[in-house]
Amino acid sequence: MRVVLGEDLALLRDGLIRILTAHEFEVVESADNGPSLLRALVTHRPDVAVVDVRLPPTFTDEGLRAAIDARAQVPGLPILVLSQYVEQLYARELLSDSGGGVGYLLKDRVSDVGQFIDAVRRVAGGGTAMDPEVISQLLTRPRAAEPLKQLTAREREVLELMAEGRSNAAIAGRLFVTEKAVGKHTNSIFTKLGLEMSEDDNRRVLAVLAYLNGE
Amino acid sequence: MANVDTPRPPGRFAQLALSVPLILAGLAGGVSLVLVVLGGLASILWVGVPLLVVFLAVARGLADLHRRWAGRMLGTPIPRPYKPPAKGMWRRARRIAGDSATWRDLTWLLCNATAGVFLVALQLVLFLGVLFYLVAIPIIWQTPAAHLFTQDLGITTIGPRHNAWLTGVEAAICLIIWFLVGKPLMRGHARMARGLLSPGKKARLALRVQQLTEQRTETVDSHAAEVRRIERDLHDGAQARLVALGMNLGLAEELLASDPETARKLLAEARASTGTALSELRDLVRGIHPPVLADRGLDGAIRALALGSALPVDVHIDLPGRPAAPVESAVYFAVAETLANTAKHAHAERAAVTITYAEGRMRVVVRDDGRGGARRGPGGGLHGITRRLAAFDGTVDVDSPVGGPTEVIMEVPCALSSARTSPSSGTD
Repeated sequence: MRVVLGEDLALLRDGLIRILTAHEFEVVESADNGPSLLRALVTHRPDVAVVDVRLPPTFTDEGLRAAIDARAQVPGLPILVLSQYVEQLYARELLSDSGGGVGYLLKDRVSDVGQFIDAVRRVAGGGTAMDPEVISQLLTRPRAAEPLKQLTAREREVLELMAEGRSNAAIAGRLFVTEKAVGKHTNSIFTKLGLEMSEDDNRRVLAVLAYLNGE
Repeated sequence: MANVDTPRPPGRFAQLALSVPLILAGLAGGVSLVLVVLGGLASILWVGVPLLVVFLAVARGLADLHRRWAGRMLGTPIPRPYKPPAKGMWRRARRIAGDSATWRDLTWLLCNATAGVFLVALQLVLFLGVLFYLVAIPIIWQTPAAHLFTQDLGITTIGPRHNAWLTGVEAAICLIIWFLVGKPLMRGHARMARGLLSPGKKARLALRVQQLTEQRTETVDSHAAEVRRIERDLHDGAQARLVALGMNLGLAEELLASDPETARKLLAEARASTGTALSELRDLVRGIHPPVLADRGLDGAIRALALGSALPVDVHIDLPGRPAAPVESAVYFAVAETLANTAKHAHAERAAVTITYAEGRMRVVVRDDGRGGARRGPGGGLHGITRRLAAFDGTVDVDSPVGGPTEVIMEVPCALSSARTSPSSGTD
């Protein structure tokens, strides 16, 4: 799979390239500033992009802007955004075009290589990968907190994992239950929250995220 | 929107009603001035001292009353210019005598007893003139012609009716004049009071120096405390974790050949430890300067704050540009603190943050529909905000009647840099 990388710190860039190449990704270009990242994304149209939020020249949210702009020009371009910190505001902006193929993770998560590679593959496949910290912030919002009280502890766990973007199979693996049991929990969650059920894993994820975002 | 700073100036009729007390106060001021002068002269013989003390106090009282009155008339409060009282009778007396504000007060007493009283009285007389002519109309109407000025002009004769009509016209003219000049006269009176009763240039500078000295001390202190806190957090947190991490890795390296299973455990532990260190560093950075503030300025940072708040917060921000980074940071933390207070104490359903900019001042209003009764106690959150913004000459007003709603109004004078484009996609 072809990857475009957007990261300005040489140390982290080399680490990411090493991890990605070791897992059979091909890094076609690695940009170290916003404008050249945008150019690389639009010209290469990679299978997936891994992008740091903060990039030169402004050292603000250059990378995020480049990602959003690139998705406006190439709809559905899968992008995984990495950052030293997560901000709900940015998660919303990334999810707002509802095209799928979006990820937003703390840089810490890269250290769990298996999980990280899984997230990159998921985003490349049009799925979603949201950082657990984004989800826990969303779950404590007052608008969401009230209806969530109807959920059982297990259903809440399933909801959290689902909101992070995991498939039913992955959730089943994490919670040591059968996929069928997860399906039952998912049904119950959707009924309790009044959401429309969908067969497609990612559509379900997006519905849950939209709900938690209060839209 | 209620504004606690400047109540509306009194209306035309309130001014009218107050003109009699104002005239009396002016005259009483004149008498006090005479007695102060007499007391001053007589204090050579000691007997004048009590006279001097009492009537200087009366003069200050009158001056304070007029400061309040003129402040309301002109819409801006007039600060008291006096130096703080000294300890000991002699020193106190010397300080009062040496205070230029005292001499300005006395000058004002003279001006107010003469020109001031004249201005107020003129306004009152104009209005009384209206009443006088109105009362005169029916009387003249019924007065027999013989008692009045009559004149045969050939074509017509001036009779009692004409006299009565004429009086009516005079009443109308008086009313118009009163209507036009009444308010300006009273404002003139207030302006004169402001000119003499507000701090003189020297007193203003002295006051400002005192204020700045206090603020500088506070700013330096709080900055030093902040740096100490950061040092301690780093020392006990991230630094200690990195040391432990190094030890774990070293141990794992040694055990790699002999006991790979334990080495694997140690490595997993080391990785978990980096996660904790990073999360601590993140919290620390948020407390120093939130990254989203650096990325998006006040607009984005306040929106992010609202998203993370425990209660729903409406955000309305209308800033034509970005203020300097220190101002942004101070305002951000002030709003964060206010919202945290609201969530903790106000029992509110909703809150709203409104930021606007006009005439070189940024105005931030944080409003909630809670139970009110918020106070600015020493060491409390509101007190901290006041101190934080004071470093920028900013002010904080709290309007929080018991039963709510609460409004915290912050104003900071600042310049804005030219507007920066910000992405509009989906921030709302």
